[in-house]
Amino acid sequence: MSSHKNWEKMWRSPEPKASYDAIIIGGGGHGLGTAYYLAKEHGLTNIAVIEKGWLGGGNTGRNTTIIRSNYLWDESANLYEHSLKLWEGLTHDLNYNVMFSQRGVMNLAHTEHDIKEIKRRVSANTLNGIDSKWISKEEIQKLVPIMNTDNLRYPVLGASFQPRAGTARHDTVAWGYAMRADEMGVDIIQNCEAYKILTENGKVIGLETSKGIIKSKKIGVVASGHTSVLAESAGIRLPLQSKPLQALVSEPIKPVIDTVVMSNAVHAYVSQSDKGELVIGAGTDGYNSFTQRGGFDVVEDTIRAMVELYPVFGKMKMLRQWGGIVDISPDASPIISKCDIQGLYFNCGWGTGGFKATPGSANVFAHTVAKDEPHSINAAFSLDRFVSGKLVDEHGAAAVAH
Amino acid sequence: MLIIECPYCGPREQCEFTNGGEAHVSRPSNPEEVTDKEWSEYVFFRSNPKGIYFERWVHSHGCRKWFNAVRDTSTDKILRSYEIKNDKPSPADLEDSNLTTPSGEPDVGSGNFTVKKL
Repeated sequence: MSSHKNWEKMWRSPEPKASYDAIIIGGGGHGLGTAYYLAKEHGLTNIAVIEKGWLGGGNTGRNTTIIRSNYLWDESANLYEHSLKLWEGLTHDLNYNVMFSQRGVMNLAHTEHDIKEIKRRVSANTLNGIDSKWISKEEIQKLVPIMNTDNLRYPVLGASFQPRAGTARHDTVAWGYAMRADEMGVDIIQNCEAYKILTENGKVIGLETSKGIIKSKKIGVVASGHTSVLAESAGIRLPLQSKPLQALVSEPIKPVIDTVVMSNAVHAYVSQSDKGELVIGAGTDGYNSFTQRGGFDVVEDTIRAMVELYPVFGKMKMLRQWGGIVDISPDASPIISKCDIQGLYFNCGWGTGGFKATPGSANVFAHTVAKDEPHSINAAFSLDRFVSGKLVDEHGAAAVAH
Repeated sequence: MLIIECPYCGPREQCEFTNGGEAHVSRPSNPEEVTDKEWSEYVFFRSNPKGIYFERWVHSHGCRKWFNAVRDTSTDKILRSYEIKNDKPSPADLEDSNLTTPSGEPDVGSGNFTVKKL
């Protein structure tokens, strides 16, 4: 015992080597996870993760930590369920507590159309072996007694409920992956900004960074909102639009809500953190922006819906509000894909719902980078789908309206 | 909240407006000859720069007219708004973005404090 004085570093902070077998741009959960699975499952340890800020300082640290897999189409169900299964074993796998809490997630229906859409999704989930079910208003009232179900403009008519869904502690996901990747020899380089992806004859040859040029024949870009900026440095155009997505937390209170409740129709979603704060998700701004703030009208909209759904929160104070830049794709599904340049891979387009997919996304992206071909789970999420027209339209299952 | 200059009504709050995405994108004039890849470009691909961005707005809760604007997406500073019939302003006439690196953070206007400013 040394009174918190002699803590060891959780990972090394090496200077970049002259070259690596692969470079991952982006030190968030998805990027660090990719490095972890590259080292663990594919034996690639001479690799680096480049991060312009600090680990998990982007959207990994800015989301509302909701994890679920109740997506409509088979392709998405496979991907998000793969992820949920990895979440279920992640604390043991990393030997580090990611505080994964399967408290269930509820998606409210407020209109006849909502009921039809949600029931359709529940049926699709059931066929895919996902534990989603339709619950009545009475069952909702038992699970969340503080909810005002009747006396509001859009009454609560029912909901889908996925008991295996829940939340996790976002920072520990990044830290856990970082520690274990570091132990296997992965260089994690923070405060190093990627400037330009260098190519020659249609092949990747390296990366220009704020710490000089690093050579590599493979680069995986996992930079969320900034992915299109990096892609453009290699002359690649991606079908992405970057927008601020906001979230906020309240002052801490005693436990009042022990599940996660999401409502797409009135746009409010809430859970309570272990510290007692309400964690509230707002919407995206209606315009492209890279300022990590977002407009106040968006917060007002969400708070209005929150107070109507939960009158008991009416006099609470909000402690903090922040924004993250999310990269939104045309079909609200991710892009995990190769591209026209050999050795350049993208894992992007997670839009407003990437946190839940962290382990699954990292796992299949590591496969894509290592084998130079997609895993069967992410084959449907290639860039080609915007030419073939075989989109994976998940606007209904994505919580934040795009 | 942003204050947007409607060319017809003057400065108003952003919540009166609806954004219409990238400006100056035209539909291919020869649809029979356009390949799937070119259609894909027109339908799904839009510029997403960090910096100078040409975009459309409609004054939905005002005069309901469409117009174009130039905004620096790294700071949200609106550099100009102009009527649809006007030509795209040339970059030389616009104030430069103060971004020093492609994905870095500007001196002012960004909420991103996790990144060291150069």
